[in-house]
Amino acid sequence: MSASASQFKRDAVRLTADLRHRSLIQTALGNYEIKRDEKKALFQDYNGARQLAAEIKWEAINRLDRHLEQFVRGLEARGTKVHWATTARQACDIIVGIARSKAARSIVKSKAMTAEEIHLNPALEHAGFEVVESDLGEFIVQLRDEPPYHIVFPAMHLTRGEIQRTFKDKLHDAPSDNPEALTLVARRVLRQKYVQADIGITGANFAVAETGMISVTENEGNARLTAALPKTMITLLGIEKIVPRLDDLALLLPMLATVGAGQLISGYNTLYGGPRQPGETDGPDEFHVVLLDNNRTALLANAEQRDALHCIRCGSCLNVCPIYRHIGGHTYATTYPGPIGGVITPNLRGLQDWKHLSYSSSLCGACTEACPVKIDLAHHLLQNRRNASRRKPSWWQKIAFKLFAPVANGRIPWMLVTKGGRFGQRFHGLIKGTRIDPAYCWTRTRDVPRIAKQSFKEWWRENRK
Amino acid sequence: MNEREQILARIREALTVPAPVPGSHDGRAPRRDALPTSADQRRVLPAVGDSFDARVSQFARNAADLRAEFKLLANPSNLAAELKRLAAAEQWDRVASHRGALTDPACAALGLPVLLTDEPYDKTELERCPAGLSACDALVAQTGSVLVTTRSAGGRALSVLPPHHVVLARRDQLVADLPEAFALLRSKYGADYPSMISLITGPSRTGDIERILVLGAHGPRQLTILCC
Repeated sequence: MSASASQFKRDAVRLTADLRHRSLIQTALGNYEIKRDEKKALFQDYNGARQLAAEIKWEAINRLDRHLEQFVRGLEARGTKVHWATTARQACDIIVGIARSKAARSIVKSKAMTAEEIHLNPALEHAGFEVVESDLGEFIVQLRDEPPYHIVFPAMHLTRGEIQRTFKDKLHDAPSDNPEALTLVARRVLRQKYVQADIGITGANFAVAETGMISVTENEGNARLTAALPKTMITLLGIEKIVPRLDDLALLLPMLATVGAGQLISGYNTLYGGPRQPGETDGPDEFHVVLLDNNRTALLANAEQRDALHCIRCGSCLNVCPIYRHIGGHTYATTYPGPIGGVITPNLRGLQDWKHLSYSSSLCGACTEACPVKIDLAHHLLQNRRNASRRKPSWWQKIAFKLFAPVANGRIPWMLVTKGGRFGQRFHGLIKGTRIDPAYCWTRTRDVPRIAKQSFKEWWRENRK
Repeated sequence: MNEREQILARIREALTVPAPVPGSHDGRAPRRDALPTSADQRRVLPAVGDSFDARVSQFARNAADLRAEFKLLANPSNLAAELKRLAAAEQWDRVASHRGALTDPACAALGLPVLLTDEPYDKTELERCPAGLSACDALVAQTGSVLVTTRSAGGRALSVLPPHHVVLARRDQLVADLPEAFALLRSKYGADYPSMISLITGPSRTGDIERILVLGAHGPRQLTILCC
């Protein structure tokens, strides 16, 4: 078992038994579900909208080269500097290089999962720059030196009391545990940072090929400020963020908000097409766009799972996943947790080291149903399992199936085993849930259903008339 | 080969194998050749009323849900009175704004010091203004959103830095839905888009602490939309 797999197992066992954690997540996601369903009901045909959204992203991803070139042409025509990065390391180096050339003293950043993916903050801090997260949730987890818990709600696992203690320890300012008061503290601290910062870094939710613009979705206004006040703006985005046309956003923005946060549309949806243009009086003098591959092209080459690149990072598959809701976001130990993480992480970071994420699913299919761009997540999890065992077969599974096949294929062995099992189960109570129980992995936390008194064959013989 | 060419080459190589069409896993409609049109989008997006009155009331309902203040004024001359009422109630000592057909008379009527953002300005001064007055490109009935751009609304910061954003709009700027708002952007700006286009929906908000709604996270705590 890989190190990440055993860590995963330990944390999953611990958090599943943590009732406080579970009730916190159930409450948060219960409220989300009510809002999400309210907003879904406003659509005239929500499932039709999913199909259209899937078609838009299919076109974007399956003609990615053309759309990317058009996107970059549009940006460059208006003075944006575009950088390409194959690896996380290259992307970090590019951004650190820009910060050095500007002799930046402070950097303000709005939420970007791609920045988490490439570990941008540690890279910038290592190079001697101060980086402040401006999204409230990200600001809180940054103060706590934790990774985000969820791709949309980074601090969902914390209570107001914990946040108050964090503010008291790190900012020496926490008048009460009232969410409004705590938000005001962060607002005060961060306002100063915006005005002082030399560089603003953002992510992007969409990249519009037709007009050469990035689109940033947020509720707080922190990304707006990050893109308005500092002299240099840097946007880091994965190459899969492309949509072909400006008009596609008329559908994708409300879809993202509805399933992402239970809103019809998010507070601020902002398009940026360049640095300050002639005749404009504010905005950055320089705009840098960093396009990140980081193994996305490897996923693209996997035609069967290519649609995983349609993902718009709404987080809805996490929210509905029974596994995510029990083990929590940190247990996955990846940038992208939940079902989408279970699909893409083994593709992006190594199948054998991360295949356990593809097994952390009950295959209930809730993720596939929830996906606004119709990624077939549940089947992709199965395909990862298939690929993993095909490339590295397990010897004990081979033996198990060698033994199982003749039993399952023969009438007499099957009868003997089921009858024997029915008899043996009478004595199971003596060892159930103990270490010597052969079914210990299952029975230490669950019951084993009783084998039926009668097989179907026996029932049929009696009842056929 | 540089990084750009290498990445594009890997993409082209990957795309030589075709992918299954979208939605094929649930046996629904096969992919069509053309991308969805605005008409397709309108069939699935939330419905919008046909008449001006229906759209105004839909905008008003959305604004109320979002805790934005929306007022439809009988005529443009009421704008000054409404702004004076706000200025007095919130004790504005100055405002930030930009030049424009609606904002010029409004600022003149207020009689307060005005920071104009369509000439170079000091961002710390803008930060001290209790209110920012701006025009807009459109109001969207479907979502209760305000569409602004650097050109229509005094740059990037005016509509987001002061704690109270007051939008001045004309009745004919109310559009039905998001597809219409994007069509308007295309026809108005076409080949030369402003460097920032923002769809503002309600005051700044966060739910990051226990998913409890708090207004005024980083941007304006209040959003007032005056339509005349």
